[in-house]
Amino acid sequence: MRWAVPEAEFMDPGTLGCQGCGGTLSMRLVLKELGDDAIAVLPACCWSIIDGPWPVHALNIPVFHTAFETAAVVATGIKAAKQIKGKDTTVVAWAGDGGTFDIGLQALSGAAERNEDIVFICYDNEAYMNTGIQRSSATPLGTWTTTTPDERPEPRPKKDIMGIMAAHRIPYAATATVAYPDDLSRKVRTALAAKGGMRFLHLLSACPPGWKMAADDAIEAMRRAVQTNVFPLYEVRDGREYKITHWPEAEVDVADYFSLQGRFAPLLADDALLNLVRNNVRERWWFLVERHQQSLRKASSPDGAHLH
Amino acid sequence: MSERLLLTGNHAAAYGAMLARAEVISAYPITPQTMIVELLSELTASGRLAAKFITVESEHSAMAACVGASAAGARAYTATSGQGLALMHEMLHWAVGARLPIVLTNVSRAMAPGWSIWSDQTDIISQRDVGWMMLFAESVQEAQDFIIWMYRVAEQVFLPGMVAMDAFILSHTAEPIIVHDQDAVDAYLPGFEPLYDLDPTQPRAYGGLVNRDHYFELRYKIFESMERAGRLLIEAGDEFAEILGRRYSPVEGYMLDDAEIVIVSAGAMTSNVRQADKDLRDRGMKAGLMRLVAFRPFPVAEVRRLLAGRRKVAVLDRNMSPGHSGVFAQEIRSALAGQSGAPPVYGYVVGLGGRDVRVETVTEVVDDLMARDVPELALFVDVKGLPIGPVRPDSTINRLGPLEVAR
Ligand SMILES: Cc1ncc(C[n+]2csc(CCOP(=O)(O)OP(=O)(O)O)c2C)c(N)n1
Ligand SMILES: [Mg+2]
Repeated sequence: MRWAVPEAEFMDPGTLGCQGCGGTLSMRLVLKELGDDAIAVLPACCWSIIDGPWPVHALNIPVFHTAFETAAVVATGIKAAKQIKGKDTTVVAWAGDGGTFDIGLQALSGAAERNEDIVFICYDNEAYMNTGIQRSSATPLGTWTTTTPDERPEPRPKKDIMGIMAAHRIPYAATATVAYPDDLSRKVRTALAAKGGMRFLHLLSACPPGWKMAADDAIEAMRRAVQTNVFPLYEVRDGREYKITHWPEAEVDVADYFSLQGRFAPLLADDALLNLVRNNVRERWWFLVERHQQSLRKASSPDGAHLH
Repeated sequence: MSERLLLTGNHAAAYGAMLARAEVISAYPITPQTMIVELLSELTASGRLAAKFITVESEHSAMAACVGASAAGARAYTATSGQGLALMHEMLHWAVGARLPIVLTNVSRAMAPGWSIWSDQTDIISQRDVGWMMLFAESVQEAQDFIIWMYRVAEQVFLPGMVAMDAFILSHTAEPIIVHDQDAVDAYLPGFEPLYDLDPTQPRAYGGLVNRDHYFELRYKIFESMERAGRLLIEAGDEFAEILGRRYSPVEGYMLDDAEIVIVSAGAMTSNVRQADKDLRDRGMKAGLMRLVAFRPFPVAEVRRLLAGRRKVAVLDRNMSPGHSGVFAQEIRSALAGQSGAPPVYGYVVGLGGRDVRVETVTEVVDDLMARDVPELALFVDVKGLPIGPVRPDSTINRLGPLEVAR
C-alpha cells in the first residue's frame, strides 16, 4: 500500500498523552489533513490535559477549551463569528466519548439538526478516562471500568452514535481509526470537502491504561477491532447512503480483540455473555452490509438520482 | 435620526441589541423573554440587523454559542429569564474566565417550583458571584439603553454584563421611548476590538490547564477589572448623556438632599417608590429614594456617601436568601459596616413571584419602619394573613389534609 502522509506537522512533540494514546495519534494525523486554517474546540476530556498546561501547548492551531457538554455549540458560535467576519476557517470540535455520547449529546444533536458548518470528531476510548476510567454509554457490553467492576461489568451494549448521527441526516458521518491511517486521512479529506454542513467522525481510540493493555499493543488493538468487525469502518452520506470502506479479509473471532485487553476479563470469563456479544457484532455487521448493498442498488437504479 | 416609538421592554431590548450592532445572537425562548428572540429573528432575517442568529436547543447552548462567537471576535448577545439563566450558570462562569464581553438581557422572573413567570429578582441575584456586571432597568427606555451602555464598558474591561428588566412590568408594558440615531450609537459604541480572536496564524490555546502558580492571579485580574468597571460605568454614563442625551449612573438619588428616611430599591418597582416618596413628603415626612442601578460592580463608595447620616434606611428586596435576608439589604449593610454615621438598615422582602409592590405597599413599609426600633434583617411584606414582620419561628408547615368541603 502506498500513500503519502502530509509532511506538515501541526502537533509538537512533548504532549501529555500517555504512551500509545489513540486519541493523541489520531489528533496528529487528523491535523495533517486539516491544514493551517483551522481551530480546535476541546471540551473537558483527556485532551484538555494532553495539549499541555499554560503557557505551553502542543497544537499549532488555535485551541479553545470549553465546558464538557459544549463542544458542538461553541464550535458553532466560533464558526458564526468567523463567517460574519468573512473568514472560511475550518472549526473542529474534538471531544471524547463522554463529551459526545453522553453529556455532549444535546448540543451535538442541536448542531447536527441545524446542520452547522463544523466538523465534530469524537475520539472514542470507550470510557471517561480523564477522571479515571468510569463507564460511559460508549462502554461496550461486558466491560470492566471503575464504575462497572468485574463483579458487575457494563450491562448494556454500546450506544449506536453513528445511527443517531445518521438519523439527523447530516451530509457526512464516518467511522475510522488511526490503525487504518489511509482510511482515516481520506475520511478527513472527505469531511472537509463536504463543507457547508455538519460532518461527524467517530474514531475508535485505544487507551492503554484504561483498556488494561501494553502501550505498544495500542495499534494492534485498534486494528483487531476492525478485523473482528467489532468496529467496522464505514461512512454514511446524508444519513442514508452507507458505504463500508474496509472489508475484513477473513472472519476473525471477536475474542482475538478482547483477549488483548484486561478490561474484557469479565466478558471472557462468561461464555454466554461472550456469545451474546459475538452475535451482536455479527448482526450489526450484516445490518451494515445490507445498508451498503441497498445504497449501491439505489445508486445504480434509474431513480437513484432522487436518493438525496 | 432618532425616533420616538411606543415599545414594550422586550422590543426595546431587541432594538438595543440592534443599535449595538450585535453580530452573533444566540437565544432560546422562555416566557417572558420570547418577544426579544422573536423580534431579533425578524430583524436578522430581514437584514435590518447584519447578525447571525443561532437557534440553539437550550440556554446552556445559547451562552456557549455566545462564548464561542465572542472568543472569535464577534459582538455577542443573548436574552433569557429565570430557569434559562439558571441553566446557563456554568457558561456564565466561562464567559468571565475567558474574559468575553458578552451582553445578556435577563427578564427577571421567579424560580420554580411552583411554576411562576412573574417578576422576581431571585434568578439574577443567584448569579451574583460569577463576575458579570449587572444593571437593573427601571423603564423600557433603559431596557434598550443599558444594553448599549453595558457593551461600552464590557468591551473596555473584557467582562460580560447583564441587564435585568422586570417580568411583565417592563417586558410586556409599552412605553414611548427614544430609539437612538444609529450614527450616534456608532459614535458612542465603536465596533468591538478583541485582543484575541482565534486567529489561526496565532495558534494560541485559550482556557486550558493552569496550575496553582497562575490561577489565583487570573482571578485577581477579574476582580481588578470589575473595580475598573465601576469607574467606567460612571464615565460611560456621562458620555451617554453627551452623545445620546440621557445620563446614567450606577446609583441614583431622588429627593435625597434632606431625607432622613431612605428607601433603597432596584428595578421597575422603583417608580412606585418615587410616587410613595412624594406622598410621604405630602405627609410631612422627609423621605427619599436611593436606587441601585448597578449591582455588580457594587457602588460601595456612592452607597456610603448617600446613606451616611440618615436616620433609617429601608431596603426593598424582591428576592431573598433563605437563612439570611434579602440580598440587596445584605450588600447595603456590608457596605455601611464600620462607617461613621452609618444608619440602621431594615431589610424588607417584598413582591416575590410578582406580588404587586404598589405605592401603598411602600408607604406601609415606611409606616412599619417608623414604628420599629430594631433593624431586623428580613421583614416580610404582604404575606397573606400576616402583618409586616420577621418570620414567626413558631409557624409550622402542615401536610396538606383532604379538602374540607364547606357546608
Ligand atoms: C459538567 C462536568 N461534569 C464532569 C466533569 C468531569 N470530567 C472531566 S473529563 C470527564 C470525562 C471525559 O470523558 P470523555 O469525554 O470520554 O473523554 P476522555 O477523558 O475519555 O478522553 C469528566 C467526567 C466536568 N469537567 N464537567
Ligand atoms: Mg473517553
